[in-house]
Amino acid sequence: MSATITLPGFADPVGEAQATFRAVLDAMSRPGSLHRTGARLDAPPPLAAATAAVLLTLVDNETPLWLDPAADAARDWLAFHCGAVIVAAPDKAAFAVALSPVELGSLAVGSHEAPEDAATLIVQVAALGSGVGYRLAGPGLREPTLFAADGLPADFVQRWQRNHALYPCGVDLILCAGTTLAALPRSVSIEEA
Amino acid sequence: MPDTLPLDQPHAARQKWMAVLARAQADMLGERLGDPPAYRVLRGPETGLVMVRGRTGGGGAPFNLGEMTATRCTIRTDDGFVGHAYIAGRNERLAELAALADALLQDPVRRPVLLAEVIEPLAQAQQAQREAVAAKAAATRVQFFAMQNMRS
Repeated sequence: MSATITLPGFADPVGEAQATFRAVLDAMSRPGSLHRTGARLDAPPPLAAATAAVLLTLVDNETPLWLDPAADAARDWLAFHCGAVIVAAPDKAAFAVALSPVELGSLAVGSHEAPEDAATLIVQVAALGSGVGYRLAGPGLREPTLFAADGLPADFVQRWQRNHALYPCGVDLILCAGTTLAALPRSVSIEEA
Repeated sequence: MPDTLPLDQPHAARQKWMAVLARAQADMLGERLGDPPAYRVLRGPETGLVMVRGRTGGGGAPFNLGEMTATRCTIRTDDGFVGHAYIAGRNERLAELAALADALLQDPVRRPVLLAEVIEPLAQAQQAQREAVAAKAAATRVQFFAMQNMRS
């Protein structure tokens, strides 16, 4: 196992994890806003720097992680630096990493008694701030705002509406591209712009 | 104790050198390693607490004795060997040197030389130290059974 870890984690584990946590918090509070993180991180392929930084910050041995088979090359790195338990069944995971579209309903969506048990899905996309436009509305947004992402599935809006309808249950989404991240919490409603 | 580990375990040799490295003096180890090849630190050296557990009661149930300070480090040499070190205390330099030595010892080309020139002398020094302490303690040992022998 140890022979395949080739890259370090955060150079300054406390400071960089705090900065990334703040970026995720701000992104969740203002859906669709763009934040930068992980610029100093040497991320293991195929993960982007932002994806790797979010995982280092949020995932530990108490949060089961589901990993997209396409991201398998980063498995040992995640196991070593996060101490994460990597699970095979998506519905058992607290965090999930996807490089390609996954069905939101295959993840844990929580229950009305414990909506916090829902999973957080971290999706790595080609670009944020350009590409297909979406109109976001909901808590954290004074008025509907435009948000653009390149690399989400063509039927993303329909998929999201099914997830949003489950509120207060449902999956939260963190989108990462390069060193940029944005978040779409389950409370936000999305239309095509 | 590392000395009592069964030798048929596949990792016994590595466990032995890691135990010796963890107890080494940083200066001595640095001196003996000389000029090491280039490497990259993967994690640490970072200090934290580990729970020391013992056994208690007739059934040997686990018992948390207390926490102790430990420092760990992981490095990767440029030729691809990953070395780990966990040491007691907060000597970060020793943790890094021990991790480096662990990585170098996994290289079959370097291992015989390092075992002879680094691990063996360190192990002997540690053994001598243990024996010196044991001898000092033995000098003041009280022979309780001496009284019984005197009466009989």
